[in-house]
Amino acid sequence: MKSYTLPPKPEKSLFKKLKAILIVVILAAIYVWTFLGIDIDWARAIDRIANNFARVIPNLFSPDWSATADVSLSILETVLIAFAGSLMAAILAIPLGFLAAQNMTGSRILTTIGKWILSAVRAFPDIILAILFVVAVGPNAFAGVLAIAIGSTGMLGKLYSEVIESIDMKVVEAMEANGANKIQILFYAVIPQIIPEFLSYAIYRFEVDIRASSILGIVGAGGIGTMIIFAANNRNWNEMGLILLAIIIVVTIIDFISARIRRKIV
Amino acid sequence: MIQFKDVGLVYPNGTEGLKNVNVTINDGEFVVIVGLSGAGKSTFIRSINRLVTPTKGSLLVDNEDILSYRSGELRKLRTKVGMIFQNYNLVKRSNVLKNVLAGRLGHTGTLRSILNLYKKEDVGLAYESLQRVNISEKIYNRADELSGGQQQRVSIARVLTQKPGYILADEPVASLDPPTSHQVMSYLKKINKEDNITTIVNLHFIDMAMEYADRIIGMRAGEVVFDGPVSEVNEKTFEEIYGRSIREDDLRGGADES
Amino acid sequence: MTNQSKDVVKGKTPSLYPVKTKAQVSIIFIVILGFYFFSMFWTQREMVGGFGDSLGNMFTVIGKFFPPNLSVIPAILEPMAQTIQMAIVATTCAAILTVPLALMSAQNITTFKPLYYATRTLMNILRTIPDLVLAVIFVGLFGIGVLPGILALFIFSLGILAKLISETIESVDMNPLEAMRASGGNVFQVIFFGLVPQVLPQFTSFVLYVFEINIRASVVLGLVGAGGIGLVLNQQLGFYNYQNAMAIIVLIFVVVIVIEYISNKLREALI
Ligand SMILES: Nc1ncnc2c1ncn2[C@@H]1O[C@H](COP(=O)(O)OP(=O)(O)OP(=O)(O)O)[C@@H](O)[C@H]1O
Ligand SMILES: [Mg+2]
Repeated sequence: MKSYTLPPKPEKSLFKKLKAILIVVILAAIYVWTFLGIDIDWARAIDRIANNFARVIPNLFSPDWSATADVSLSILETVLIAFAGSLMAAILAIPLGFLAAQNMTGSRILTTIGKWILSAVRAFPDIILAILFVVAVGPNAFAGVLAIAIGSTGMLGKLYSEVIESIDMKVVEAMEANGANKIQILFYAVIPQIIPEFLSYAIYRFEVDIRASSILGIVGAGGIGTMIIFAANNRNWNEMGLILLAIIIVVTIIDFISARIRRKIV
Repeated sequence: MIQFKDVGLVYPNGTEGLKNVNVTINDGEFVVIVGLSGAGKSTFIRSINRLVTPTKGSLLVDNEDILSYRSGELRKLRTKVGMIFQNYNLVKRSNVLKNVLAGRLGHTGTLRSILNLYKKEDVGLAYESLQRVNISEKIYNRADELSGGQQQRVSIARVLTQKPGYILADEPVASLDPPTSHQVMSYLKKINKEDNITTIVNLHFIDMAMEYADRIIGMRAGEVVFDGPVSEVNEKTFEEIYGRSIREDDLRGGADES
Repeated sequence: MTNQSKDVVKGKTPSLYPVKTKAQVSIIFIVILGFYFFSMFWTQREMVGGFGDSLGNMFTVIGKFFPPNLSVIPAILEPMAQTIQMAIVATTCAAILTVPLALMSAQNITTFKPLYYATRTLMNILRTIPDLVLAVIFVGLFGIGVLPGILALFIFSLGILAKLISETIESVDMNPLEAMRASGGNVFQVIFFGLVPQVLPQFTSFVLYVFEINIRASVVLGLVGAGGIGLVLNQQLGFYNYQNAMAIIVLIFVVVIVIEYISNKLREALI
């Protein structure tokens, strides 16, 4: 067999090589740190699950139907919290979205401020917002609404600003050339282009918020989370089974409806 | 040798892709299949490597009926029959060498190929194939950095690396401009003559078929309506195959430009 | 259309939008608004003093959180590290197990329909279960500690990742896969050579995204005894040590921002 010589591989720059090596080393270090840091008492864990399995799992699959009324009311409250919160966020996010969109303000400083506000808001986990609002307005469902509203504003504002940045600016230019003023341009050139995506994102966020609002109860912000904590503390796994079932059903239905509506809109 | 004996193919939705096809293709032939869109050209070609499976008759490749083949035998058949596609079918994000080496997959063990442990000869073969279609200088470029014609040459190199006995090409030039089309067809023809690889090509264009084929098979509505050497073919034949008169867009043109 | 032309014939100016659409939009609008007011009424019904009072109250109460007692930071670094480690382990395991699951729930790869529908359905159900519920169940099974937290995050991430990645797989260019099949590659080779290069960048990006989600989620898990920073936060809130709690919140905030920044940089380098 003849032997062939391949042309040499194009040399990667030293910088690139170093960067690749650095990334590998850092990743390795992170994993070493993680596995040294995590210490799990396997013997105890196995012991526990051997004891608890029969007490927990079978009960989860035989829901306590007598709690149906309470659970339904609770999950309704969860849906209401998510709805009110999402709608507030969908509206609050509009000015912020415009502020953070480069092609709307025409000012780098304003855009940067807008983007900073949005990412700062996003960095707060929903649960922490709920803790703050529970302290502020008391342990009730409205604290949950506020937590969802603020938490979702961060994400929606970011998505909105991306939508705004991707619109066709030629239409805006054409209107400017026609002598339209800023407000007219907004209503005739910008808004028609962004409405479908805005709606679609807001509805999608409602899906996410249903999940988010179902946990806020652990810090006293209303909804089904309150029942989850009670059931867990009382080791009432039959009731937990019902709660789980209710969540799965409601979330699935809402996901399904929302997906259909969104497909229709866009 | 490839033999179609009373081959028929009905798609699951009821469309008849092939009807009663009887054709024998001898080793080393360069056959061009022509016909209108939907005539069954792709179905014919894809039956040979069993990307589609005829529902009637028997199809012999090297005197073995391939219609009864199951996965293991099927892969062996496919290593023997190389294929070139209209859209090149390269992995866009992988480099040219890796794409060409994919031609060796059928000859390489799973573990070896996944760990990128190709034999030295295989890499050499890949490089040699690239040289034969004059594109070896792009060996480390990503496939999506190449033009359409260059990508099609890479896909020819991939087939060469496979060391097939047969090459099937399904409209290999349909996405290319006239000069590039002729370049690609010339490479196919050259390989057919030099390596004595039986080559079957689907083409839309009458003038190209006439220029490169040894033999032309005409199809209409799943049936073979003409089969004969190029010397017997004239405009009349095409009008019969197409069932209408010849138009401007049945010709690729540009033969003298390349 | 016919509606409009009739209007024109009658000499009226045609309206810009069809009457039917207008009516539909109005009805939807009213329904949404009604539902909104109902939600607001319902969620505020247990609130003492009403909305106006609370808002005024809010700032004075929030004031209790300030200034954050930053001197506790050294003491809470360890549980914070634990939170990050939990997220790393859970994300890594999920990223590995998601590969077969995503392949099985991608229509273009799994041509065996029953398997595809079974995996899809399982993943869809998994995704509806809140992380909190998973944590509570695992704490019930294993007792308090990091293991239930890791398991909860793992299951939670698996649902999200498998969906995102199976959707990516469904959108790849199938042509190269066909070419590999046509040249005699077996299933593993086709996936490895045709599919992996196409989905790898997206895959990494989604894994990073899920890691970010996990960092946030692990705060919640701590609240129910599944280890990490949330546990400490819960204790401090229980003792009404609001300024200590604020220090923890600030630390979480900083960590989330830093991790998001790093993973954004990594993502940019990849695509
Ligand atoms: N997977 C399939 N399922 C059902 N019908 C198919 C399928 N593939 C092809 N057909 C039908 O079979 C017939 C022959 O198709 P084929 O693709 O072989 O034609 P062709 O001659 O290659 O056409 P073209 O020049 O457009 O590529 C057509 O009527 C086509 O609609
Ligand atoms: Mg075809």
